[in-house]
Formats: sequence, structure tokens, C-alpha cells
Amino acid sequence: MIRRPRPWLQKGIPMASVSAGAPRSRRRDHPLWFLVPALAVLVVFFFVPTLFNFVYAFTDWSSFKSAINFAGTDNFVSLFSNGTLLNSLKVTLVYAVLVALFQNLFGLGLALLLERDTAVNRAVRVAFFIPVVMSALAVGYIFQALLKPDGALNGIIGWFTGSEVTIPWLGSTTWTIVVVAVVHAWKWMGLSMLIYLAGLKTIDEDVLEAARLDGASRWTMFRSIRFPLLAPAVTFNVATALLGSMNGFDIVQATTEGGPGGTTELLNIFIFRTFGQGLFAQATTMSLVLFLMVAILAFPVIRYLRKREDVL
Amino acid sequence: MTTVPTRPAAARRAPRKRRSFGQPIAAILVAAAVLGVPFWLVVATAGKSQGEALDPNLSAPTNWQLWENFATVFADGRMLSAFFGSLLVMVPAVVGVLVLGSMAAWILGRRGGRLSAAIYALGISGIVLPPAVVTIVLLLRQLGLAGTALGMIGVYMGMYLSTVIFFVTGFVRTIPHELEEAARVDGAGPVRVFVRIILPLLRPVLATATILICLYIWNDVFYALFVIGGRIDTLPLNLYQVASAGLYLQNWHLIFAYIILMSLPLLITFVVAQRRIISGITSGAVK
Repeated sequence: MIRRPRPWLQKGIPMASVSAGAPRSRRRDHPLWFLVPALAVLVVFFFVPTLFNFVYAFTDWSSFKSAINFAGTDNFVSLFSNGTLLNSLKVTLVYAVLVALFQNLFGLGLALLLERDTAVNRAVRVAFFIPVVMSALAVGYIFQALLKPDGALNGIIGWFTGSEVTIPWLGSTTWTIVVVAVVHAWKWMGLSMLIYLAGLKTIDEDVLEAARLDGASRWTMFRSIRFPLLAPAVTFNVATALLGSMNGFDIVQATTEGGPGGTTELLNIFIFRTFGQGLFAQATTMSLVLFLMVAILAFPVIRYLRKREDVL
Repeated sequence: MTTVPTRPAAARRAPRKRRSFGQPIAAILVAAAVLGVPFWLVVATAGKSQGEALDPNLSAPTNWQLWENFATVFADGRMLSAFFGSLLVMVPAVVGVLVLGSMAAWILGRRGGRLSAAIYALGISGIVLPPAVVTIVLLLRQLGLAGTALGMIGVYMGMYLSTVIFFVTGFVRTIPHELEEAARVDGAGPVRVFVRIILPLLRPVLATATILICLYIWNDVFYALFVIGGRIDTLPLNLYQVASAGLYLQNWHLIFAYIILMSLPLLITFVVAQRRIISGITSGAVK
């Protein structure tokens, strides 16, 4: 950094003018108006729409009428009584938990497999990051083709078993949500892998060496030293996977569009579908439900994961 | 003294040598199965004729017609206008969040007190809380911004300002006060201090934020469907159209040709700058 000469300082400007009223000059040094543009954008494009959620969920706003009237809790009652509210909530929660589980299992597995810094490992790591860079919608279409009953995956399984396999991967009312969560985890596992790799790098080699001299097996070392020391990486990966997939849309839309029979209908899929039908108030109601669910779950989840780190 | 350390070192090397054949083979096999199969399916299907691609499978096309399919989707999927549409919303949104976010983060990182803490908490709440996607459309209509690039840019800025504020505030706190103080003694005002001293120092953290936000905006289809769907072309929006029509017509070869073309810009950027991108993302996360 280039330091410009400061002649006037040498000429002896009274120091009082610099240090007088330190807290006040500090405030002038970091003026609050610097916050205004960012806050304006946040208020207009984030906070006001969020407040609107709490208002328009209680109206009959739709594309079929020009006037918007207060409707009380009608939207909640109808969504609750026809079962879509609880179904979408359940599907979203199950999806988020499954994604967090698979994404971390895959990511950690890859990180342990590719831990050493060899040329092959570096190339394979880069390859596993390609799905992260790709569009989630594109990933969904690829897997829709791959998982068709007469698609490539069944072809491969059939080749190994020697008989024709026609598993409808995306047509099961029980298991499709698991399959779709695996696809979501496939797209993001490269990111989890990178973060676990960075976490593994921070572990002190001496600690591992000491355990090795004590005769600890690889599994013992992983279970009682390396995995506990990965806690910050686990926090980040679990929190982002869990909260990110609650807001998921692209992959499910591209693979199942919420089917079969609504068993993969995430809140965002429902919102998009009802919005397209012109039922804006119902879509808003579900948007509010999503907001409340994330708001209620986010803080305990993050606090729990943080506390898990402190125990060590 | 000299013989003692050699034993553990030798003991440590032995299992590594045993692994040195198995591990690379395992790594390559896993990558081939988990990544190779889907990627080959895309390339092979994109190279087929419509009849051959009806049931996408892993067999190679009898007659490669990759370029013909590229040419078809490039025209039918309006790729050029989609590419510039994507740029049109992404570039201003990213520049906007970086500038406004760092301005706010500098103040929030330097000032103490309850007001700053409250504003900071509000500012980063958007990292976890989902945007109100339906009422945003209503608001944009009231503002006359529905379906415009400006409206989309505003929505993206509202969504990703939190990320920038979070990353940059943490970083600002690690910058020594003395650097600012020196400039201030020279008579520089806050704007000058921010532009000349703070912004250049923020470069590493802004690079990380840029990568993440570009990745999200470039690939976003959900919010784009609500805000600008049908009015402005973007690459994911046009993929959605191509695929919605293509699934009906069983045009898998065109869907996959489109996917290859739309993935190229980010893939090329990633391959060229992979080292910086990877180190940027990991340095931001493990704190």
C-alpha cells in the first residue's frame, strides 16, 4: 500500500482537532447513511413482501376477481381440511431431512476417499464439483431420463442381474421422495465434499500421529478424533442442506412435478402450481407457511449444531 | 536418536503404499459410475436423432448429429437472447449487492451498539428466511416493475444482500483500524476511505461472494418464473420451455443438447478459474 506523505501533520496541526470527542468523530467516520441504500433495497424487495405475506394470506386475492377482500382464515381452513397443508409440510420436512442426510453422507464419503493430494484425486474432486455448477433444473431432467422404467439405470441393473428390470423409480408413492432427495444430494455433494476436505485439512497431523502410535485403528481414529473435529464443517453442511432444500423446487419440478399423487409436492411446488392457476391467496398462504416453518426451525437447528461444536 | 523416528515413519508409509494402487482406482471407478453414467447419457442422447433418442439409453448414437441438434436448439430455444437476458439480470444484481452490501457491512463491522446489532440481525436474516415469492409479484405490479429486468434485479438484490452483508461484515472486523486511520489523518472523508482503502482490501471476500451469487442467479428458475416468466428470456427459463414442450413431444435429444449448451458458460468459467473458486468457497465456509 502506498503511503502518501503527510506534510501538514509535521507542520504541527494541533492533535486536539483529531482526537477531540473520539466517540463522535468515530460516528462521523462511519456514517449511518452508508446503510441506507442496502436497507432501502432490503425493505422494498424483502421485508415488505414478507409483511404482505401476513396480510394477503387472509384475503381472497385471485386472478378471477378484481377486488381483494378480507377472508379471515378461510385459506388456512380449506388448505388444512383438504389435507394439502399438512401433506406439503410433511413432504417438505421429510425431503429436507433426507437431503441433509444423503448430501452429508456422500460429501463426507467423497472427502475421505479423495483426501490425499494426488493428481488423480484433484482431478476427481473437480469432476464432482461440475454438478454444483450446473443448473438444478438441468440435473432434474437428466435424472428423469436416467430413472425412466425403460431408462439407463434399469438397463445397467438388468445387465448385472441378467434379467430385464423395470423399476419405476419416479412412480412410487413411498420411495420416489427418497430417490428425488438422492438426486438433490447428487447435485450438491461436491460442495459438501469441498467443505469436509477443508475441515479435514485443519486437523493437526500430530494428534493423528499420536493416536496412530497408540495403536488406534482407522475406524477408531475416524470416530473419536477426526469426525468430532469436523464439527464446524458438519454445522455448515447440515444447516445449508436442511434449510436450502426446504426452499427446494427445481429438481422436484424437473423430475416428478410433485407426483406421483402429491407425494413429492414440496411447498414451493404447490405455490408455483396454485399461482399458475390464479389462486394467489392460497399460494400466499403456503408461502407464509414455508416462511414460518423455516423461521421456527432455523434458529433451534443452528443453535443445536453450534452447541454440538462447543462440547469438544 | 536417529533410529527412533524412522520406525513410526516406516510404519506410517507401509499402509499408504498398499493403498496407493487401490485408492486411485476406487476414486476413478466411483467417479465413472456416479458422474460418468449421467454425463455420458447427456452427450450420447444429445448426439442422436429424434427416433433414436425416444428412449434415452446409454448406447452410442449410430449417427452423431450433435452439431445439427445444437443448431436446432440454438435457434428454437432462442439461446442468444436467453444468454444476454441472463447477463442482463445477473450483472447489475451482482454489482449492486456487492457495492450496497459492502457499504452497509463496513459500517456494521465498525460501529458497536444496539442499533447496529439490530440492523445486522435484520440484514442477515435473509440468509435463512425464504423470500415471499407470491407477494413480491404483487408488489412489483404496484410499482410498475412486474415482468421487467429492473424488477428481477431488485428481487435478486433483496435475496442476496444478506449473503454479502454476512460475509463482508465478518471480513471487515479483521481489517486493522490503523489502515483507515492513516487515510483519515490525511484528510480523507468516509467515501474516500471506503473507496480507496476498504473496497480494495475486500477483494478476496467479494470474489467469494461473487462466485456464489453468480452461481445462484445464473441457475435460478423458480423466482424467474414468477417475476419475468414469458417476458424476458433467460437460459434456465428457456430450458424450462424447451423441456416442457420437449417432454410432450419426446424430444430428449433437443433437451440434452440445450442442457450442454447452457452449461458451457459456467463450466468454462469454472474450469479456467477452478483453483480460485474452490479456495474462495472453502475459505468462506469453515469459520
